[in-house]
Formats: sequence, structure tokens, C-alpha cells
Amino acid sequence: MPVISYREALRQAMAEELDRDENVIIMGEEVAQFNGAYKVTEGLLEKYGPKRIVDTPISEAGFMGLGIGASMLGIRPVMEFMFWSFSYVAFDQVFNNAASIRYMSGGLINLPIVIRGPANGGTSVGATHSHTPENFIANTPGLKVVCPATPYDAKGLLKSAIRDNDPVYVMENTILYNDKGEVPAEDYLVPLGLADVKREGTDLSIIAHGRAVLTALKAAEILQAEHDVSAEVVDLRSIRPLDVETILNSVRKTHRVLLVEENKPFCGVGAQISHLIQSEAFDELDAPIKRVSAIDAPAIYSMPLEKIQLPDPQRVVRAALSVG
Amino acid sequence: MSTKTATRAAAPKPELEPRAMAALAKHPANAGLTAADKLRLYRDMVRIRRFEERSVQVYQKGKIGGFLHLYIGQEAVAVGAVSLLGEHDHIITAYRDHGHALAVGMSMNECMAELAGKVTGCSKGKGGSMHFFAPDKKYWGGHGIVGGQIPLGAGLAYALKYKGLKGCCIAFMGDGAVNQGAVHEAYNLAALWNLPVIFVIENNKYSMGTSQERSSAGEPLAKRADGYDMAWDMGNGNILYEVREKIAAAMKRAHEESKPTLLEIFTYRYRGHSMSDPDQTYRDKQEIADYRENKDPITLFQKCLQAEGVLDDATLAKIDEEARAEAEASAKFADDSPFPQPEAILQDIYFEEDNRTDQSNVKGRMFFGDSV
Repeated sequence: MPVISYREALRQAMAEELDRDENVIIMGEEVAQFNGAYKVTEGLLEKYGPKRIVDTPISEAGFMGLGIGASMLGIRPVMEFMFWSFSYVAFDQVFNNAASIRYMSGGLINLPIVIRGPANGGTSVGATHSHTPENFIANTPGLKVVCPATPYDAKGLLKSAIRDNDPVYVMENTILYNDKGEVPAEDYLVPLGLADVKREGTDLSIIAHGRAVLTALKAAEILQAEHDVSAEVVDLRSIRPLDVETILNSVRKTHRVLLVEENKPFCGVGAQISHLIQSEAFDELDAPIKRVSAIDAPAIYSMPLEKIQLPDPQRVVRAALSVG
Repeated sequence: MSTKTATRAAAPKPELEPRAMAALAKHPANAGLTAADKLRLYRDMVRIRRFEERSVQVYQKGKIGGFLHLYIGQEAVAVGAVSLLGEHDHIITAYRDHGHALAVGMSMNECMAELAGKVTGCSKGKGGSMHFFAPDKKYWGGHGIVGGQIPLGAGLAYALKYKGLKGCCIAFMGDGAVNQGAVHEAYNLAALWNLPVIFVIENNKYSMGTSQERSSAGEPLAKRADGYDMAWDMGNGNILYEVREKIAAAMKRAHEESKPTLLEIFTYRYRGHSMSDPDQTYRDKQEIADYRENKDPITLFQKCLQAEGVLDDATLAKIDEEARAEAEASAKFADDSPFPQPEAILQDIYFEEDNRTDQSNVKGRMFFGDSV
């Protein structure tokens, strides 16, 4: 199986869907001539031309709203936020219009739009550029949100997102763009709402999404090698829809849970998962659920401190060992 | 001390004096109208007014929730513009949306039922007054956030252009929307990308309770298009023929050159911003009376059609009577209709969820918390 980067996997997903459906277009800041701020869309302009690969001005509320409007007439825009942090200047379009129009029209309209881009801290760009708003998105009925951690999942989830007939928001991670992994050459989809057990284990379930999955996997290796703890790592992949069954099955198997995410703790994704587990599998738990998340402050700039602010394998190991 | 700078250019005052109806009737935009067409335009305006008046009574009986923003006084703008729509022409508007809805051919029944939150409403009771939709009639809402619909309108135009269709989108907004950033972003994109969109500012002089001079620097508001090298024009919204003339010119530009236009149409609302506006603090009664008595779009068009010999007294009375009866019937229809079932709360959120099968590419749980 070919080994390609997370970035290349995203690009392949877009290229394949551009080939498959003439209504698919790519739009965003620097996606065309500049080849993408993070080179995710590199080469697409050359191959598909300016009608389908469209550079926008720095005008997120305007072009995101435009994409949403175009999707009402059957265009399938794949919109890029250079950073998901920039969604905050387009909040009314991205969170209000996109989520509400189908409902307020009594189901007469649907919006087949994808909005993708990186949503992560850890790159020393300060608080304004380091937001991880997957919890806001998941909190908004009408929207779907996925957080791929691997090249395989990135391609399969993005292709599913593009074919989906609702707004699907794809949260990527600039730190993962160069990560390599096996990705099939043939067409495949990763369904929305299907979690993936990335590592089997028996003593503890570590449930994570996005780059925190990789942190959890490293922690699981340490737990096995140094502490003889067998940790299972569940990658949510999709936050909404959410694969509740896979979560609960893992809990029923290990009876101990640690939640890991790079989002902030208060009203974060982990808060919802924790609620679900206690309400639907309380009797299966042998210990209180613990969480590791970003330290609850705006993203700090200072390089060594930012590393501390985000979950790292050692912090995950310590938390795992503290689960009673 | 005035906050206005001394260097501010003297802006041209908008021309509000009614132009000669007879000349406007001969304008190419109107010359092709048959007597039947003209009566239909008149009827459409009367229907909107009677519907709005009847909805006031329904509201006062406590049967309409939330807000109710009435279009009374502005009828010629929606009717005039909508009457020009062709096969690939679309519209979108803000929250004062009942007039546009009736103008595109939505029924009074579905509109009144929506106001009452009934399942027979145009959005099954899920949208309410500010959120009417009829995509089959190329009417894309009905949007509650000031200016939020304008980028969507540019997007509709973008889609038409992408698909190679010779059409346009008319994106309506109030004068209160012009200071929103999203509106300016849409102006820029439309001009930059030559989108076939017509931005129509329905300038009724007040953004809620704040007059134009207290909210917007510079006038006319349409002149802001100059900053984007976009064509702009102004028109008298009390004169239906003039609305058609201005919209027709902008449509020609959209259809033939694929270029946007910013139109400022001067109009007036007789009622407060919404039903909760006591309308006693920001404008005087004489101003309202002047519009009602001297500039009313329905009365002016009525006189015009009478002068043209198209409308006789019997037809006039019949149109009014039928509109009242239709509005009355719609109130009864809304009253007699059931509310949606509780299950409806979780429907029409996601297309894929509403159409989910075992073969769907969507798995997992979509809704959380207590079930209905």
C-alpha cells in the first residue's frame, strides 16, 4: 500500500472528488496560485483551472457565506480556513446560517458544503491562531465535525464529507501534515460517525480525537513497556455524529477510562463523552473517569510552556496511572 | 458640535418626487405589461397589505410568537422586483420577508400558518415570521440576522454563473444592514468576481429605531458601491413602475454582462420596526401620515391604473374584497391547523439523518440528551 503524507492524503481526496463530481469546487485564501498556505491544495489549480480552484480575498464572512449560498443551489464547495481560528470572524455564516437554514426551511433546503482547515495549537502562533473549536461545532445541531488523526482517516473522512449532503467541518492539524501513513490507492470512504480502535488493550480505555490520538498511542506504549498496563486507544475520528457503541464497548472491556484531547476542558468534547459513559455504562466503571486536556488558559506563545500546555505522552501516562 | 467632518462631500439628495407615471408606463420595462399584468401587480400589493393587517390581529390575540415585522408601506418594492423574475432569477431577503413571500406566489395560508407555528406553515412551523422559504419559487428566505443573507445571495449568483445559467439573484436588505461587515465583504466579492447579483437596499429610513443619519456616515447609501467599482442607482420605492425600471436595468447588467448592481430603493414602513415597537420615540406622527396620505405605493398605483383606464371602481372593490377574504381565510386556516408533533423537533436538521438507511455513509449517534 502506498505510504503518503497526511497533506497528500487530503489533496488526493479533493482531487478524486473533483474528478468525480463537476459541482465540487475548492475555495479559500491562497488555495490556488499560492498552492495553499500549508500546501494542501498544491497543484490543484494547474490541474483543474481557476473555475474550480478559487482564491478568495481575506474575507472569511464573505466567502464562507458565499459558499453556503452556492451550496443551496447544488454546488459542493470545499472551503478552506487557513486556520479554523479564523472561523471566529465568520461565525454568523459558519455556525448560524449553515446550521439553521435546513431546519428553518422545514427541510426544504440542504447544504452540501465542506469547510476544512487546521485547528490546533502547538506551533507558537499565540492564542488567536491556536483555537480548536470542534466542541462549538459539535454543540451546534445542523453541523457535523470530524477530526482525522492519520493520513488514512484524513483521506477517507474528507471524501465522505464532500459526498455528504449536510455541512461537514473537517478539523486538520498543521503538525500532522507531514506525518506519513499507508493509504490505499483505490477509492475508499471512512464513514462519518465511526470510531476506530487504534490499539487494543484490556486495562484502560484512552479515548481521544485528532492529534491527541497519537499522543495517546505513545502513552500506551510507555504504559505497556514501563508499567505493564494494557491500554486501549479509541480514536473517535468523528465528534458529531459520534460512535457511542464503540466507546461503550471499550468501556465494557476495560472498565477504566481516560479522555485525552487538545481542546480546553470546560465544555470540551471530553465533558460530553464523560457524561455519556456515566449515564449509559455507569455499572461498568471501576473508577472515576479522568481527563487530560489543554491547560485551561489561552494558548501561550512561549515555546517550552506551550508544550506543557498541551497534552504530552508523559502527562497522559501519569493520568492513566492515577485512574483508580 | 457636529461629528461630521468638514471635508465630507455634499451628497446628492435622493430624488423622491414622483416621476410622471405616464412616462414610466412607457419605459421598456413596463411597456409590455398588459392590463391583466397591471391588475395582477396591483392585486399582489393589496394582498400583501391585507395579509399584514390581518396578521396584526392574529398577533394581538397572542397566536404569533416572538417578532412580527410588517411590510406595510413597502409593497411596491417586493412586487415590482419579483414581477421581473425569469426562469433562472432568484431572490433572498432579510427578516421583513412576508411581502416577498406572497409576491413570489407563496400562499397566504402557508404564511399565516407559519406565523402561528403550525405544521401547515411553509417551514412546518420551524422558521417563524423571519424565516419563510420557498426554493421551488426561487425564494431562499427569510433571514433573521441583519446583513447575514447578503453573502448567501452572492453565493446564489455564484452558483448560477458557475452553472452557466443566464440568471441573477436579487439580494434584499434594509438600510440598517449597510454597516455590517458581511455586506461589504459580499459587495467586494460580487464586484471582484463579476457576479450576477442585484443588491437592493430597501431604505425605509430607520434601522429599527435609529434613523439613517444617526447610523450611517455618508449618503446615499448606494454610493458606497463606488468603492468597489460597482454600478449603483437609486429609485423611488413608492412607484411600482419605477421599481421595475430600476430592477430591469440592473437585471440586464446581470444577465448580459454578469455584473452586480447596488440599488437603493427609498420606501417607508408605516408600522413600528416590529409589533413590540411602540413607535413613539424616534419619528413623528406627521411623517407617517405624510407617507400614508401622499406617497402610499398602493394608492399611487391605483390612481395610475385608474388614469390608464385599466382599473375601474368595481374591480378595485373586488380586488380589495377578495384580498380581505383570502387573509381572513388564512387566519382561520392557521387557527384550525395543528401544531407540529413533538417528534418534529428532531427532524429536518440533517438531510442525511432524515434519509438515513442501513446503506448510509453516516453511522453513529447524531442527537444527544433526552429524547422527545
